[in-house]
Amino acid sequence: MAQHQVNYASTAGLPIALTSVDKLVNWGRSNSLWPLTYGLACCAIEMMATGASRYDFDRFGTIFRASPRQADVMILAGTLSKKHAEFARRLYDQMSEPKWVISMGSCANTGGMFNTYATVQGVDRIVPVDIYLPGCAPRPETLQYALMMLQKKIRRESADMKKNQKQNLRLI
Amino acid sequence: MQQPNKLTPFFENINFERDDNTMVINFGPQHPSAHGQLRLILELEGEKVVKANPDIGYLHRGVEKMAENMMYNEFLPTTDRLDYIASTANNYAYAAAVEKLIGVEVPRRAQVIRTMLLELNRIISHLFFVATHALDVGAMSVFLYAFREREFAMDLMEDYCGARLTHSSIRIGGVPLDLPDNWIGDMISFCDKVEYELEHTYNALLEENRIWKMRLEDVGVLSAEDALSWGCSGVMLRGSGVKYDIRKEEPYELYGELDFDIPVSDRCDSYGRYRLYMEEMKQSIRIIRQLIPMYKDTTPELMANAPEYISAPKEQIMTQNYSLMQHFVLVTQGMRPPKGEVYVPTESPKGELGFYIKSEGEPYAYRLKVRAPSFYHTGLLQEILVGTYIADVVTIIGSTNIVFGEVDR
Amino acid sequence: MRKYTPKDNVQKKSYHTDRFWTAPHVPQESVKTGTHFEDVVNVLGDLAKEAFVSLGQLVVCIDATKNKEVLTLLRDECGYVQCSELSAVDYLAKDGEFEIFYQLLNISEASRMRVRCRIKEGEAIESITSVFKSANFAEREMFDMFGIYVNNHPYLKRILMPEDWQGHPLLKTYPLQGDEFASWYEVDKIFGKEYRDIIGPENRDPSRIDQNDTKRFSRVGYEVPFGAEPTDTPTPIEYSETVLVDYNKDSGKELSHRK
Repeated sequence: MAQHQVNYASTAGLPIALTSVDKLVNWGRSNSLWPLTYGLACCAIEMMATGASRYDFDRFGTIFRASPRQADVMILAGTLSKKHAEFARRLYDQMSEPKWVISMGSCANTGGMFNTYATVQGVDRIVPVDIYLPGCAPRPETLQYALMMLQKKIRRESADMKKNQKQNLRLI
Repeated sequence: MQQPNKLTPFFENINFERDDNTMVINFGPQHPSAHGQLRLILELEGEKVVKANPDIGYLHRGVEKMAENMMYNEFLPTTDRLDYIASTANNYAYAAAVEKLIGVEVPRRAQVIRTMLLELNRIISHLFFVATHALDVGAMSVFLYAFREREFAMDLMEDYCGARLTHSSIRIGGVPLDLPDNWIGDMISFCDKVEYELEHTYNALLEENRIWKMRLEDVGVLSAEDALSWGCSGVMLRGSGVKYDIRKEEPYELYGELDFDIPVSDRCDSYGRYRLYMEEMKQSIRIIRQLIPMYKDTTPELMANAPEYISAPKEQIMTQNYSLMQHFVLVTQGMRPPKGEVYVPTESPKGELGFYIKSEGEPYAYRLKVRAPSFYHTGLLQEILVGTYIADVVTIIGSTNIVFGEVDR
Repeated sequence: MRKYTPKDNVQKKSYHTDRFWTAPHVPQESVKTGTHFEDVVNVLGDLAKEAFVSLGQLVVCIDATKNKEVLTLLRDECGYVQCSELSAVDYLAKDGEFEIFYQLLNISEASRMRVRCRIKEGEAIESITSVFKSANFAEREMFDMFGIYVNNHPYLKRILMPEDWQGHPLLKTYPLQGDEFASWYEVDKIFGKEYRDIIGPENRDPSRIDQNDTKRFSRVGYEVPFGAEPTDTPTPIEYSETVLVDYNKDSGKELSHRK
């Protein structure tokens, strides 16, 4: 597999996929993202509405899977409480590579309106997040847009997962 | 014996060294049945459940403590997130409690709009119940049909207040907005549509369906004394034969003037409750149809006239100086209700939703307790799941219609 | 000198109160003769230290040691078959006591009443689970949130907070945003104390602005990868390139309205 070695320092961390093998693999990965059903609170209802009749999520090739071993992307929808945080991390660890995380809604992004003792202030304290999705609750179209953004991001990556830089906590 | 470490703490070591035959399984806080974060620790003997221990608190967000630090009006959008499927019901329960504490009377048009929104939210919530209950039991296409109807209802809510899910459409003292122009016409066509679908889709798919009946009959039997003792309310209580609906017994808003029936079932099982939810949707449509002609006879006032507690309408704030000053004080400092306590029960789609507010005359509530119906229904699971098969566990959880925003607050 | 903040009640207080303003009271009426409430008060007799009707509901103040007796009487003789709610109010700052209330419902008369009692800090209260089963979860929650022990409860463990939580959240001395233990709870639990520096403290300031927020805020339609400089070239959402068909060629369909 001929892979172009990219100097990340000069391109500001932008991974570039150049070969057709990369393109094929990324086409496969991005067009059949299987989300893990991780609906926690109100955003879960909007996620279900996205998967339902009017805003069909299935046309993106997504099938909601319950088991983390079979899922690619974890859509954290809703408030993550401190009691639940370790399960979120555990499920994230159980997912196999390649995996991505979409943080849906204000509560998952930053703790949202619940600036209290029992809420994790942002899911990115626990898992590394790829796409942040604002809203309270975000409309189904927003979730679709986020998925399309994630697909775009995946298409930019190289097929070799070690080269892809995540923003933080990658060492964990 | 497993060594507890950071990611596998003590709960995994429960009952590892037991001599009897029961298997302990964890029905974890993340599971595909759409009810949220319930963790049940089930002890099974073969396939029968011997002991069930519900573990909740995975969505605890400290809502009651937030209420002690926020002004009364500021807290209203937080109440949306309690029962997030029918948000207006929670907004109304909170607004009713504060209004009773203050002692204001809501103008008539606001009452009409509120009742219409409440019944619309009841339909939304019951459609969601049918969708997720059927999805759990296995009838997956009902989920898509019910969500199709639900989308039309959410369009109506969006036309009214701008939000699909977390409405904040009811304020303390009335409603903030008047109905848009085409709303009533859309509402009538929505009612027709849902009536047609109830008759032709849901009844046709589920009501006389052999498999549905076999899955739901005699599952989750709850006697009337147990239901009363466990604090059940709403459909759980009426499904066990106790005829009590807060809309009829302790009427609020316009329910005293409207003509509707309360379906009650003697079956005490999940099938009876399912039939009650279907019937209640029909009654809600009946109520909405009666409210529609009442709307045009009302004067266009939307908020109560109590300048000490509630701001004046926008036109007055923009033109009268004292209204502007009062509005400023109310927004920055907050309204100060009288000292005392109040408990107002309302009939939310899930059961009896009530707010207990204790005020010390401060702009922040001294104590606010949310009486959430789903909390008590989850406690009920300890008793009702014993002796059932594991496949029935999912059915029973779905049939109790719990939503975790309320349980954990 | 910094402003004096009282430590026994750290909840938010109004920044200004008129010096001579007194709060009015919710109207209380005495129990009228010939009503259902009067029968209830007669049944209770001496046990009710105080009884009045407030906003349509009877409120009875009793001694905390007699709560089970009173509630059994109310359930058996007066028909209050359901305990809708039970919880506590923290008055430790004012009186050093908790006020526990039970909200009861009578189905046949459709009337509600409240039973109130007071206990001092450190005292425990008798469980009423044998009288009303709904108290099972409600008393657990009261214990979790306030630290009030309940005697003879079948399973008195924390219910809403994690099992190893320290502190009782709804006390007035507990800050809304949590104390030191709360703020590091998830980091300690999952990763360990060593990761406190790597992950960093929580950002509890809702108005914190990052240096890059002004430049990189909400670039819908012009998204760039993380860490890269924002540009002016729009990033259209496209189908991915496939070998056979180019789906992007004939696109241009737009949805103009909802229905």
